[in-house]
This record gives sequence, structure tokens and C-alpha cells, in this order.
Amino acid sequence: MLSRLFENVSRRALVLLGVLLVGLFGAPIVASDYLLTVLILILYFAYIGQAWNIMMGFAGQLSLGHALYVGLGAYTAAALYVHFGIGPWLGLLVAVPIAGLAGAFIGYLAFRFKVGGVYFAILTIAVAEFARVGFDHLSWTNGSSGLFLPVAQYTRNDLWLLRGQPVMFYYILLVAVVLAFVFCRALLQSRIGYFWLAIREDEEAARSAGIDTFRYKMIAVIISSAMTSFAGVIYAFYYNNLFPEQVFHISRSIEIILGPIVGGVGTLFGPIIGAFLLTGMSETLIAALHALGVDIPGAKQVFYGFCLLLVIAALPDGIWPWLSRRIGLSEREK
Amino acid sequence: MPFDVYLNVAVGGLLTGLVYGLMALGLSVIFGVVRVVNFAHGEMMTIAMYIAIVLFSALHLDPLVMLVPISAVLFCFGYALQAGVINPFITRPEHSQFLLLVAIAIIIINVLLIIFGPDAQSVQTSYSYDSFQIGKLIVDATKLYAAAAALTVAVALYGFFQFTAIGTAIRACADNYTGALVVGLDVKHLYALTFGLGSACVGAAGVMLVLIVDVTPSLGPAYTLLAFVIVITGGLGSMPGALLGGVLIGLTEAMAGLIFTPSAKSMFAFAILVLVLLFRPQGIMGKKAA
Repeated sequence: MLSRLFENVSRRALVLLGVLLVGLFGAPIVASDYLLTVLILILYFAYIGQAWNIMMGFAGQLSLGHALYVGLGAYTAAALYVHFGIGPWLGLLVAVPIAGLAGAFIGYLAFRFKVGGVYFAILTIAVAEFARVGFDHLSWTNGSSGLFLPVAQYTRNDLWLLRGQPVMFYYILLVAVVLAFVFCRALLQSRIGYFWLAIREDEEAARSAGIDTFRYKMIAVIISSAMTSFAGVIYAFYYNNLFPEQVFHISRSIEIILGPIVGGVGTLFGPIIGAFLLTGMSETLIAALHALGVDIPGAKQVFYGFCLLLVIAALPDGIWPWLSRRIGLSEREK
Repeated sequence: MPFDVYLNVAVGGLLTGLVYGLMALGLSVIFGVVRVVNFAHGEMMTIAMYIAIVLFSALHLDPLVMLVPISAVLFCFGYALQAGVINPFITRPEHSQFLLLVAIAIIIINVLLIIFGPDAQSVQTSYSYDSFQIGKLIVDATKLYAAAAALTVAVALYGFFQFTAIGTAIRACADNYTGALVVGLDVKHLYALTFGLGSACVGAAGVMLVLIVDVTPSLGPAYTLLAFVIVITGGLGSMPGALLGGVLIGLTEAMAGLIFTPSAKSMFAFAILVLVLLFRPQGIMGKKAA
């Protein structure tokens, strides 16, 4: 199994990967508090992007409602902690199955009737929006007035209850990103991975080759939603406040998927590169506009929108396929 | 609650639903022909709404009088957008098109935010509080005018597609892209025309909605979503389906707002969508399976 992970990986790729890892593990030593929060955001999006990529990039099912799984994970763990004092890692044992069930429900609705493409995407938005309005009226989680976790000044990091300083969340997310990366690589090298790619490329052909497409699409949705809910748990304990209007909102779902699309759908590095580029770009725009003395709400987003337009127009497959050719990790086009 | 309260709310929902239907019609026409999902649909509607507000507050021009000119402006905007930006993307995968239109939507929302600020604005016409009374039934005049105008635009669009040469050519593109190219149709021009027409529809709907709802720059995404729900409920590609879906969703929202709470009304629209996808994935008026 382990040897298959490294199959067809060039030495240059391994060296680059090693440098990247060491850099990321060492980053908090030199990074300022501000930079650390940016890095946490980047890792957060890289992780969810990787989870989303399993559904879209591998199995070809476009989900525009991943905020649903983030929100379910966040609310489940937070509510268990606030109401019963159950810690996040035990909460995870409840949150993951709930998100997985939600994913299975959507998948079952859609795949049973061969609802695909745009229809599937709209269904995922609709269920997420349904949850948003539903949580707005759910008194157990305080409805629209928000669910708050008790906070204090922490001098030491409690890893078990996830109470502590940002640097703890940084390392948790970094480990999660690494594990997700390895897991996705293993999936791609496995039988399931090949089935997914076959379904993505041509579902009819995959079915005639004897692949149970319903089953493998369901597996993709369930793995993706379960993985995403972990990010939700971290979100809840990092930000300590949850509002349905923010957590489940469609713009959250869109944020989640911009990274992997810009980085390169279906590639392992795409979600990571995309998260770095987009979050970095967004923070740079804030800094640049601030330095220029421009203080107009909305100005940053307009630039952001134009940058997105440029990237998607110039690099249709995303950044990673182009970048990997530039740095000699994959063959140049003739 | 007495029965006539329900009846009044139902009629109000039905009339608003027709305007929703016109908005969704724009989306349906664009998707049916160009095969691009316009994720900036609601945002384009907000542009029309702000034009109507500016014209009203600066020059006291009644939105319903400005319906045709504003729709024309939106037509040009849509034409330019398709011809200049979207045409190179028509052969790209869905997620790529999605990203493009999300970028356009982000730009529209925030340009509007920069120009008009975040506060809600509305239009108060001389007939804002007028109503017609038929027995116990009280019909809001604004909604009645808006619904009548929505029906007129929808019928005109139907006529255009059925009875003019260009309309027929556009339908040919929708039926068979390659075939349309083979017989020498200028597909890119026709696509841009279609996107323009869809934009004009949503523009017209926006001008009418300005009389009914308050406008903020961030209104767009909710209406984009509403348009999707309506189009899929009614059946993608079916023009009567879009109107019927609009009426159904408008009615549902109005009744849910009355019986439960107005803030939960969109839940019921999404519930209808899930039910439709469950039992009739091609939509109420849709012909073939999705």
C-alpha cells in the first residue's frame, strides 16, 4: 500500500513536497500573529477544497452546497459541547455520521433518478439553504441569534477540548491537510479511484463496463461530506461563534469551491495551490487598498472578481496543471 | 383566521409569482439555448432595479413606463456579456462556466455596493397604496399592474420564438448546435441575442419587483437561487413551465409566510424543489427525463 503511494512520483516532486512540508511546519516560528491567522484560513480552505475535490474532481459530481456539511459538523460539535460538555473529538463521532447521512440523503435523491450536472448542483444548494433557514428557527442551537462557545484567555493549549491559541489550530489543520492529501492520493491509486475517474469521464461507458455507478457516486458523496464536517468542527472551536446566516450561506459554499477550481479540479495540489493563491490574493488586496488609502466597501471584491475572471480565462484547467509543467513535474505539451 | 384573508394572500402570492415567473423565464431561455447556467441572474436583475430607482428619484419617471427602455439596456448588457466574455466558455466544462459567472456576479454586487451603498432603497409611486376591491377580495394595484406586465412580456417573447425567423433560428441552435452551424447560422450572434433576451426578461421583472420589494446590492444571490428553483420546478426549457413554477413558488411563499413565519418561507420553496426532483425530475411541464 505504502509503496503504491509513491509509485510514479519523481524525485524532484518528493524534494519539493519535503521543502513545502518543512516550510509549513516551521512557519509559526517566524510568522506574525496576523500571518498565522491567514495561514490558518489557507489550510482550512485547502482541507475543505481537498474534500470537495473528491466529489467533483474525482467522481465528477458538482456540489455547490458544501457549506451544509461544514455547518452540520460545526453545529453538532458546538451544541454537544455547550449543552452537555462533550468535547470536540467525541463530538466528531456524532458530527461525521450526521454529515455523512446528509450527503447520503442528497446522493440518494439525485443518483437514484440520474439527476446530474446542473440539476445536482442546484439540489445541493437547495438542501444547504433549507438547512440555513431551518437552523435560523431551531431553538436548541439558539436560532438566528447564534450559538456561542465560552471563551477565556488561554495560556496553555488544551488539545482534548480544543481550547487554546491559534497556533494549535494551525497544526491541527496542517496535519489534517497532510492526511487528506495522502488519503486522496491513496484513493486515486485504488480501485475506487479508477472507477470514479471512469464515471467522471463517461458515465454511460463506465456503466456498460460493469461499474455500479450509483454505488461509487454514493461513496464519493459520503466520504466528501464526512471529511468536510471535520473542518466544521474545527471552525466552531476556532471562531467560537456560529450563525446559520454565515455558516450555511451559499457564499460560503462558493468560497469553498473557488480554491480547487482555480487551483485545478481533479488534481491533488489544486486545492492547496488555490487556497494559497485566493486567500493570499484577498489579503494582499486588503493590504494594497489600505496602503493606497482606498477605503471603499466593495472595492476589494471587485478586484477579486476581476482576478478570478483573468485566471479562469487564461488557465482553463486551473493553475496546477500549468504550474506542474513549468516546474518540470509533468511533461510539457508538444 | 377568516377565509378571505387566505384568499387575499393567495391572490397576492399568485401575482408576485407571475413576476417571479418572468424572471425565471429569462434563466430558462438562456439555459435552454446557450446551455450556460447564468449564476449572475439575480445580480443582473438588481442592475435593472437600481436603474429604475435612479430614474424615479432623479427624473420622477414611473418604473412601469420605463419598463421597455430599461429592458433594452439590460438586453445590450446581456448581448455584450455573451459576445465578449461568455462565448469562449461555451465549450468548457460546467464548473469553469460556473466560476466565470460567479466572478461576474461578485463584480456586479460590489460595483453596485460602491455606487449605491448598502442601505435599502425603494420606489414610492402615486399608486403604491391603491387597491381594487372585488367583493371581499382586495387586490393590490401595484402587484396587479406588475403581473399584467409580466404576462405581456412573456407572451411577446413566446410570439417572438414561435413566429419570427430569428426566433426560429434560435430554436434551431437549441435543438441541434452542429446542425445550426452546418446550415450556416451565426450561432455566436444568436447565442448573444438569446442571452440579451434572457437579460431583458430579468430586467423587466426587476423593474416590476422594484415596486414590491426594497432593493439592496446584496439582493442578487437569493433571486438567482429563486429563479433556479422555479425553473427546475416548472421544467427547464419550458416557457409555460417557468410561469407556472413562478406562480406555484409565489403562492407557496405567500401561504407559508401567513401560516408559519415570513422568515421561514424560502424553506418551503426549497422543499417543493426537493419534492419535484424526487417525483418528477424533469419538472412539472418538462418533456423528457433530465
